[in-house]
Amino acid sequence: MKPASFEYHRPTTLEEAVKALAEYAPQDGRILSGGQSLVPTMALRMAKPAHLIDINGVRELADIKVTEDALIIGAGVRHAAFHKPVVDGALGQLLSFVVRHIAHYPIRQRGTFCGSLAHADPSSEWCLVSATLDAEITATSVRGARSIAVTELIEWAMSTTLAEDEILTSVRLPLLPENTRFGFYEFSRRAGDYALAMSLVTYELADGVIAAPRVGIGGVEGVPRRIAEAEEVLLGQKPSPDLFRAAAEAVANAADPMSDLQASANYRRDLARTVVRRALERSLP
Amino acid sequence: MSAKKNITLNINGVDHHVQVEPRRTLVDAIRDECGQTGTHIGCEHGVCGACTIMLDGKPVRSCLMFAVQADGARLRTVEGLADGDRLHPLQQSFIDHHGLQCGFCTPGFLMLTAGVLEQEPDISDEGLIDALSSNLCRCTGYQNIIKAVLAAAADMRAAR
Repeated sequence: MKPASFEYHRPTTLEEAVKALAEYAPQDGRILSGGQSLVPTMALRMAKPAHLIDINGVRELADIKVTEDALIIGAGVRHAAFHKPVVDGALGQLLSFVVRHIAHYPIRQRGTFCGSLAHADPSSEWCLVSATLDAEITATSVRGARSIAVTELIEWAMSTTLAEDEILTSVRLPLLPENTRFGFYEFSRRAGDYALAMSLVTYELADGVIAAPRVGIGGVEGVPRRIAEAEEVLLGQKPSPDLFRAAAEAVANAADPMSDLQASANYRRDLARTVVRRALERSLP
Repeated sequence: MSAKKNITLNINGVDHHVQVEPRRTLVDAIRDECGQTGTHIGCEHGVCGACTIMLDGKPVRSCLMFAVQADGARLRTVEGLADGDRLHPLQQSFIDHHGLQCGFCTPGFLMLTAGVLEQEPDISDEGLIDALSSNLCRCTGYQNIIKAVLAAAADMRAAR
């Protein structure tokens, strides 16, 4: 249970960090940020990187910024930063509700939002939030910076389209309109455990009917995603128990669930139906 | 093997100048290089919480950090919880409510809850119980730990 040897690098600016990654990535170098997934993987010797580039000392990545229409979260921002709303309105409340489902209290003091996206675990709450809300990330390397939609970033479970010399330096979440309602529900075996299925739904309520519905599921398939079939069911309708059941059924029909040691595909399909219905029920006051 | 690095770990206000390989976890350095064996090692991959300490006032798993990452940080371990001979309210409450049997998990539970209460002194009972799900105990069972922590939290709030 002791990690294998590695060389340790601790840049203090983003410029130094991207230079170090460009140099060491071809020699099996990795970024170390919160370390709450990487370090246990190293303890189990499932990962044995030859170089770690620790970005915890890069001050310019540590902040949350609020612009006119978006929340921009730097790579150093920890889960615990969202325990209290970081911005007024629905988005801040949504993030502070969801964050309590991520692992446990001490893990949330170290783990980071951007690190969760780079890790791309299918049961990551932040991957679900980012996919559902159409977030974009910025990837930075010595070659410059580029934006990638989170739906383009996450290729498959634990696999992203980041180049080996790119650091995921920030994520941009659009602010939600004032009349936005949201609901989140997660099912896991034990408190703080990985989600076997979870759902985030948001919509605007205009004249009593649902507008701009978003229905996302995570932990069910290899990549969290929105389910258009369920959004079509909700669009233009008044919220009701029957409507929510119909939307949940549409998710169960559209999903192509994973099968693993924790849960069969059929069980995950049943869970998907239930978590979507419960997330929708939580969207009501 | 990578070359050892010179680092300073400040534990409970005392500087320890030590040499460690980068792969040395913080908990191993606290116990072996610094001789502070109150912090226990259980699972070594972040599941059990026995190694919980405070890093700059926040409860963290010291097996999920490398010692080199804590160079210059302010660390607090269970040895630094009591004020001289006077036990911390949480320590006294664990005794009063029989919150331990073998005691292996106790330093982790104490540092977890001390850290949570420093971060969020007005956390609800429900929030504290949720935070307690972070750590594992294999003998006392959790009911007496919950009783001990809720009682101590109430005492600490009343004393403010």
